[in-house]
Amino acid sequence: MNKTYDVIIIGAGPAGLAAAIEAKKTGAKDVLIIERNDEPGGILLQCIHNGFGSVLFKKDLPGPAYAYNFITEAKQLGIEMLFDTMVLDITASRKIYATNSHEGFLEFDAKAIVLAMGCRERTRGQIRIPGTRPAGVFTAGMVQRLVNIEGLMPGKNFVILGSGDIGMIMARRLTIEGAKVIKVVELMPYLTGLRRNYVQCLQDFNIQLSLSTTIKRIIGKNRVEAVETVKVDDCLNPVAGTEEMIDCDSILLSIGLIPENELSKKSGVQLDPLTGGPIVDENMATNVAGIFSAGNVVTIYDLVDYVSKAGFIAGKNAAMYAAGQTAVKKYVEVKAGDGIRTVIPQKISVERGLVPLSNEVLFEMRVTKEYPSKISVDLMDGVNVIASHKEKYARPAEMITMKVDWNDLTTKLSKDTAGLVVKIS
Amino acid sequence: MERKFICIRCPQGCEIITTLDGHGVITELTGNSCKLGPEYVKQEISDPRRTLTTTVMVEGGTHPLCPVWSEKPVPKDRVMELAAALRGIKLNAPVEINQIVLANALGTGINVIASRSIHGGI
Repeated sequence: MNKTYDVIIIGAGPAGLAAAIEAKKTGAKDVLIIERNDEPGGILLQCIHNGFGSVLFKKDLPGPAYAYNFITEAKQLGIEMLFDTMVLDITASRKIYATNSHEGFLEFDAKAIVLAMGCRERTRGQIRIPGTRPAGVFTAGMVQRLVNIEGLMPGKNFVILGSGDIGMIMARRLTIEGAKVIKVVELMPYLTGLRRNYVQCLQDFNIQLSLSTTIKRIIGKNRVEAVETVKVDDCLNPVAGTEEMIDCDSILLSIGLIPENELSKKSGVQLDPLTGGPIVDENMATNVAGIFSAGNVVTIYDLVDYVSKAGFIAGKNAAMYAAGQTAVKKYVEVKAGDGIRTVIPQKISVERGLVPLSNEVLFEMRVTKEYPSKISVDLMDGVNVIASHKEKYARPAEMITMKVDWNDLTTKLSKDTAGLVVKIS
Repeated sequence: MERKFICIRCPQGCEIITTLDGHGVITELTGNSCKLGPEYVKQEISDPRRTLTTTVMVEGGTHPLCPVWSEKPVPKDRVMELAAALRGIKLNAPVEINQIVLANALGTGINVIASRSIHGGI
């Protein structure tokens, strides 16, 4: 008595909601989202700051308002949502096993699946900060949830490690709520979040930022009492004699996000060691037939608008797959070349069996280092430049999006190309 | 006089370099990618403003807080004052998205509104 759905989506965050909406609009009849939280919206619900929607809506919305647009549309379209439910396992034959406290063990069959589990935060253990292990060391997203949703203030005097966007946004948020943010320290010689957040979150509130600085050790028995910071050299090694003791009761970590792919691995989906997410083609299809993927589970995005866009692509293609309409005959690989750290999609279909799904191919890339002046991002097939994209500058913190027309790309491609490379020149 | 700005109107964050004459009037401006840049710099020089996002307490809802935001940017030097005023407000569930939480906040003519709905709890 397993229920069979055309498309099942794992996760009701921005990627999952967009995928469900587009799957339904493309013609999928039964669309189900399985979500472990008790309501849809994902991380947007705790991102109460504005800055969302500039690409899709040409508006500057707070996170919950951005999510509201998608939640409302999903409900109007009659998309089923199952909350408080944890997916335990996914198989390559698209069986889904899940559980919740009111129905027990659940089994579903899906003609197509969209993985939209998002990401999780890197923790203290993953960067091995020495010192004692007192209470008061939090990840930025954890504090964001406590302050914005639960209404709890976890500390009074904060030191923030990492200049990522959530870290800076929380520096402002904590200041507005009456806490003191003593300093933000960043290991890298550059800001790792968006520059506008430096202006409106740190500069506006006179919060000091120290680049090329990290935490050497955490001090405190039961609760954090102080941190010792230290400067680092060009090779990121601590410089003796530059230590500084800062009294504080809380440390907030904004040190990166990791795509959450435990389920993907179980289903046989191949991951890219650089992005930490599934290897996908331009249709957001993974290597497992009928399993698609979108959002921060694939690669860490800067802007939710592009997460939603990826969700639309994944949802549309999942619906078409469920209806038996897609067949890709041949792929070429896309590799990160000089100056590029990560790129999605990692492969492009060069022959499509049926109707072209979408002709717009979005390459999302991150660079390896800062490029202060004009650069050109070139997509090469070994010999020729297939497509080129100009940027005034490039920073590792800011994702580069290059739009390429699929017809254009495949026409220009030499017949027996071994693969594509994106590089900076 | 030369003054540097980082435009905060979109995620791109253009670095804008301006030259001002003795009266604070822009005589030269470079580095922007669109028309929002000059607009931002002009505003930033004469009357810097920011959008405030924060939370207010909710009674009888599924959540103890409701996120709110100033519909338009408010004067930058009044952001903390507005946050303090909002700390004194308690809403009763249900709250509807876009519901006015504080009208004409601090006499600025700008409303503070809810950025999500909060349903009534049990």
